[in-house]
Amino acid sequence: MKHLLSIAHLTKAEAISILNTAQELAKASDGPMKKLPTLRGKTIVNLFAEDSTRTRISFEAAAKRLSADVINFSAKSSSLSKGESLKDTAQTLQAMGADAVIIRHGASGAPARLAENRWMEGSVINAGDGTHEHPSQALLDAFTIRKHLVRGGEDLAGLHIAIVGDVLHSRVARSNVLLLTKLGAKVTLVAPPTLLPVGVKDWPVSISYDFDEILPTVDAVMMLRVQLERMSEQFFPSAREYSHYFGLNSDRLRVMKPNAIVMHPGPMNRGLEITADSADSARSVIVEQVKNGVSVRMAILYLLLAGSSEEIRS
Amino acid sequence: MDLLLKNVQLNSSLVDIAISDGVIKSIGVNLQEDATRTLDCKQAIALPGLVDLHTHLREPGKEDSETVLSGSQSATRGGFVAVSAMANTSPVADTAGVVEQVFRLGQSAGLVDVFPIGAVTKGLKGVALAEIGAMADSSARVRIFSDDGHCVFDPLVMRRALEYVKKFDGVIAQHAQEPALTVGSQMNEGFVSSQLGLKGWPAVAEEAIIARDILLAEHVQARLHICHVTTAGGVEIIRWAKSRGIAVTAEVTPHHLLLTDEMVRSFDPIYKVNPPLRSEVDVMALREALAEGVIDIVATDHAPHAAESKDCEWQEASFGMIGLETALPIINLTMVQSGLLTWEAVADRFSYAPAAIGRYTNHGRPIAVGEPANITVIDPTQIWRVDRDLVSSRSRNTPFHGMELPGVIVATIFKGGISYEAVS
Repeated sequence: MKHLLSIAHLTKAEAISILNTAQELAKASDGPMKKLPTLRGKTIVNLFAEDSTRTRISFEAAAKRLSADVINFSAKSSSLSKGESLKDTAQTLQAMGADAVIIRHGASGAPARLAENRWMEGSVINAGDGTHEHPSQALLDAFTIRKHLVRGGEDLAGLHIAIVGDVLHSRVARSNVLLLTKLGAKVTLVAPPTLLPVGVKDWPVSISYDFDEILPTVDAVMMLRVQLERMSEQFFPSAREYSHYFGLNSDRLRVMKPNAIVMHPGPMNRGLEITADSADSARSVIVEQVKNGVSVRMAILYLLLAGSSEEIRS
Repeated sequence: MDLLLKNVQLNSSLVDIAISDGVIKSIGVNLQEDATRTLDCKQAIALPGLVDLHTHLREPGKEDSETVLSGSQSATRGGFVAVSAMANTSPVADTAGVVEQVFRLGQSAGLVDVFPIGAVTKGLKGVALAEIGAMADSSARVRIFSDDGHCVFDPLVMRRALEYVKKFDGVIAQHAQEPALTVGSQMNEGFVSSQLGLKGWPAVAEEAIIARDILLAEHVQARLHICHVTTAGGVEIIRWAKSRGIAVTAEVTPHHLLLTDEMVRSFDPIYKVNPPLRSEVDVMALREALAEGVIDIVATDHAPHAAESKDCEWQEASFGMIGLETALPIINLTMVQSGLLTWEAVADRFSYAPAAIGRYTNHGRPIAVGEPANITVIDPTQIWRVDRDLVSSRSRNTPFHGMELPGVIVATIFKGGISYEAVS
């Protein structure tokens, strides 16, 4: 495994290896010495062509805990905003000796272009591309689910997970569908028909338009951010109607299984897809997702850059 | 004699063809004619010179990606003797001045006949009719009008255009794409787009316009041509229209007969094209339709682009692929070798029928004594590997780079002279 571009490219064994590595690294992080020398001397570039505070900081923290040198490169201050092409930027980073580039980009497939076009030789890690994928988010979500709901197993067999909201525009949903089903979970997508892609009928998931019907059967519910501009694009009539049918609130929390958890990749629209009391409830693992994100991203960097990646090659 | 073609297959028999003054003078077995030039065709097949109703030659305005001259060189290398040049140049070919310029550039290149297509609307904006009559009366004698690249989306403007060109037996070539259904669309809407997170381009956006325009053409009794049909549903609508006797013709591109949206998984914009690559089901329906004649012709939609407009992220990239030099081999691969078309039928789809639609009277003529000597000679058995660095087009955006294709153009005869000859 040289790059992490899409969950589709990972085998089940590779995915589990990342989760297990993250678990080990999380233990180390909880100890007295937070920082490991593993990636000393490696240069990692955070190439963020789209705003994202939490993912960038999470990757930066992960890289620094592994003692890598981190260069942050955000669109507003960079040549990308001056009209320099992605290719030229990649070649510049290559010339500067980047061992890995973590890329967040508004265009679906931009990381694949970086990796597969010989624009640069280092590893490419997809930190979210357009409406395509967000692999590290899915891995941290799976990690969180496993930690809370799985006892004595490595995968997610037997669990039922609902992903609720704007699947059509969600890279988080795409990566999670691939990963959670790969790990043996049953996934149900809950959304208004307008926010599901036409091709979804061939995805390995169930579809429901009725949140209330599904809710009592799930072990985890993953709420997706709904962008308000979708309303002006006629995907649904009003924010109120959306919340009424697809928002998570305290009434809905009550019908969930006793141990079921509430997740959200952030940033949340409190009051739209999730009420404040749901987000802050005892079922919510939303803050913990952020914490686990660092461990999972450490695992990704470790496996890609520390030379042991051969072990998990498919 | 100026030229003697030895050992060519014509309607399955091996003959020689003698040409003088741009005209076929005699056809027979083992002709004993003195000729200035003799070309041994080694049993390759002679087809009436190919006619392509859909190319983008980019001149004036985008000479970095193609010129009329380089486009003509690419065309003749692909076996073409006539090409129609779409109107989306800069300035747009919406006046007599621009179409005459393109026409003259074609004549001075002298490798193929370049027939300019006029814009339907001023600036391709879809609002006001362009100077259609003036373009028809110009020295370019424009008969095909198209806003290709843009759909004539306003039904009233489309109706008027269809009616107006009846005055001189013209035809409107529609780029069928409902704009409201394709805002920001990147690829065929289906399973692959759902996985890749690229904005979908639904088949219905194409089919709705095809259906609408067919009904309009029937209502005003005018000629309609549908550019680059890509969907099985579009084929069904055209089949229905033809069964009702509506004057609609349609084209399909070689790339839509061979490639599917699965190619997009690479995110390589070399596969980004308008209309988009569709599904396997669509590809098979298009092949069937071309075999039946529901789709009348093959047209390349040759669309050259400078390297930087493809060497980038998918959504930043330009739509389009070059296709003149690979067109006939791809038809050989997809239609002839699969048993769907005979070479006689290829002559129809690639020469007779397109020339008839464009009213190009000197083209699409049979290979017979007294006819204009426009001939394409192809050896269908030879395999070659496509190399984007070796194309005659000024651009290299071929999706077939590295592919092995069956069929080598041995020679192209244009107005009695050899305009292209393969190095043997």
